[in-house]
Amino acid sequence: MELLSGGDMVAQALEDEGVEFIFGYPGGAVLHIYDALFKRSKIPHILTRHEQAATHAADAYSRATGKTGVVLVTSGPGATNAITGIATAYMDSIPMVVLSGQVATHLIGEDAFQETDMIGVSRPIVKHSFLVKRQSDIPETIKKAFYIAASGRPGPVVVDLPKDITNPFDKFEYNYPKKVKLRSYAPATRGHAGQIKKAVSLLLAAQRPVIYSGGGVVQGNGSDLLTKLARELNFPVTSTLMGLGAYPADKQFLGMLGMHGFYEANMAMHEADVVLAIGARFDDRVTNTPKKFCPGAKIIHIDIDPAAISKTITADVPIVGPVDSVLSDVLELLSEARKEGGDTDKAALAQWWKTIDGWREHAGLWTKPRYDQSSALIKPQWAIETLYKVTKGDAYITSDVGQHQMFAAQYYRFNKPRRWINSGGLGTMGFGFPAAMGVKLAFPDADVACVTGEGSIQMNIQELSTCTQYKIPVKIINLNNGYLGMVKQWQDMQYEGRYSHSTYEDSLPDFVKLVEAYGHVGIRVDKKEDLEDAMKEAFALKDRLVFMDIHVDPHEHVYPMLIAPNGSMRDMWLSKTERT
Amino acid sequence: MRRIISLLLENEPGALSRVVGLFSQRGYNIESLNVAATEDPTLSRLTLTTQGDDHVIEQITKHLNKLIDVVKLVDLTEGAHIERELMLVKVRATGAQRAEIKRCTDVFRGQIVDVGPTVYTVQITGASDKLDAFLEAVGDAAVLEVVRSGVSGIARGEKVLSL
Repeated sequence: MELLSGGDMVAQALEDEGVEFIFGYPGGAVLHIYDALFKRSKIPHILTRHEQAATHAADAYSRATGKTGVVLVTSGPGATNAITGIATAYMDSIPMVVLSGQVATHLIGEDAFQETDMIGVSRPIVKHSFLVKRQSDIPETIKKAFYIAASGRPGPVVVDLPKDITNPFDKFEYNYPKKVKLRSYAPATRGHAGQIKKAVSLLLAAQRPVIYSGGGVVQGNGSDLLTKLARELNFPVTSTLMGLGAYPADKQFLGMLGMHGFYEANMAMHEADVVLAIGARFDDRVTNTPKKFCPGAKIIHIDIDPAAISKTITADVPIVGPVDSVLSDVLELLSEARKEGGDTDKAALAQWWKTIDGWREHAGLWTKPRYDQSSALIKPQWAIETLYKVTKGDAYITSDVGQHQMFAAQYYRFNKPRRWINSGGLGTMGFGFPAAMGVKLAFPDADVACVTGEGSIQMNIQELSTCTQYKIPVKIINLNNGYLGMVKQWQDMQYEGRYSHSTYEDSLPDFVKLVEAYGHVGIRVDKKEDLEDAMKEAFALKDRLVFMDIHVDPHEHVYPMLIAPNGSMRDMWLSKTERT
Repeated sequence: MRRIISLLLENEPGALSRVVGLFSQRGYNIESLNVAATEDPTLSRLTLTTQGDDHVIEQITKHLNKLIDVVKLVDLTEGAHIERELMLVKVRATGAQRAEIKRCTDVFRGQIVDVGPTVYTVQITGASDKLDAFLEAVGDAAVLEVVRSGVSGIARGEKVLSL
């Protein structure tokens, strides 16, 4: 049996867990751990320039790979700086293990230097947390943390490590458990057979069905099964912001639904008679007024988390289970039913598709351009369509939060899961750039672009330095409209154009010079005709970070937009002047 | 509707704060709460009362079950159960009132557990409404201090909440 110090145990446990990257920032309380990492030098550590960026990078690494992201920060400000990133991961159910230093056990509670009650501060935004009190508990605690983070409905787990238990002098037996079992934690492994049977008969009888797919299909690796099911049934599929890419952008795809969802998707939801919700949580950005949501529909809801079911919208057929296993069961029952002569109502479906095609023709974003293509200004939508063209639709796209995020979600036609990486639940500005770093480290040969705006990018712009240090050649697509665009849009629509603190009064930096100061490449684009070539040039520079500062029409709005309060899903603004 | 939810909780630091935090975080209300270790020292038994319609109670039980520290949970109000609360109440007892309070205590099958020249301390056990009724009977003017344990409960019959 090996004898290890606490610091070495932490490092060894991460190695045994197969961790590929640690994103972090050293400080007093974690110096023993950092020394152990230095001496062993097995797992690459990425020193970000702010702990928030470390958490976003680890989070996006997880979103892109499906593996658990790992963060290492010190106590006090290191821990509190990580909070926004932990909350971001929590809201989107991303598996992450955050190791935070803590002051020595005998100092806890004494307001010691850099002391924060991390367990207390993080409590509402973690799946679980541990304060490790004894060295010998380190291996099992870390094993539990990884197990809890990745299983069931995933989420971030904090492991708080007081400095004294990682000291290099006291050594203990190290034994990393192969498996852990928790008597109080048993995520569902199969859906209820009776409920699945009910669901299948509802699906077969449906006249106006919609499959409403969410982030859980991406997280639960249900993409292939969803695609198979939708195609076998010939049902229309819509996706939440978090689920984009789980179902490809083919003719059965209605686009995103919700607040800035596609007209045909929102209309289909409102008129549906059967809604099959998979790994989606009926978020307020989707449902609009819950009482008016899907008035004529029976709702089948598949989710790994029982608490997500009937939370805001009552499910007629609730199915708790992992998306892949439930969808396999559904497919199996479906083929059995077919053998016995059961089938979908083909005539009703044909009629339903006709209705949907009518909606597409009327206001679908992909049927024909719904923004002014003759404008001399660069329209943000056009910038995204150019990005799609130049990257052949095969890039990893991370985004920040605001108008650019919605344009990217609407116009970059995602065909694969884990390609669209954004903060949907918490809506964290500053997420996109560090997220792109995490993805690029995981997939060094892939194109990784961060779609952002001049507002969001400045929330974590210090990471330009990290990209210099580790040579992380991401592309930054900055849709610069000189305003906090989504704030401005709301101020235009609801506050008579009073732009209360949504602009910067000529204080924006010269982004080209700024990135050059860090040793990167900056390209400013003002003219529409220069955009495509400039973008090609940017992506051709494979080993350089390129910051594209694209000056877009400052007055563009995102449409469609659900009308609230008291609206249903069919109540939308389709342009500045036209509503349903 | 008032509900009594009882759970087995890992007897670990932080476990209670997760339960309590859940209620404040999600805007649910705790009316009473009591918690103590069980015969198995690794487990605590926690009983709380809360108000809510069926939808709210369903959400509360689901979210409680989701907490890693919660091992088992039961909504006692769903079936036949025994509910008890302990109250210690200090009342002013002078002159004719002394006899009156003694009588009242006997009626409620309570005990006077401490006697002073001008005060009695009365101990009463029972369901919460019985305790309320006692306070009403002796009157606000006489009541000096009230200490209630919060509700404990257990299911009737063979049903057991254990591992």
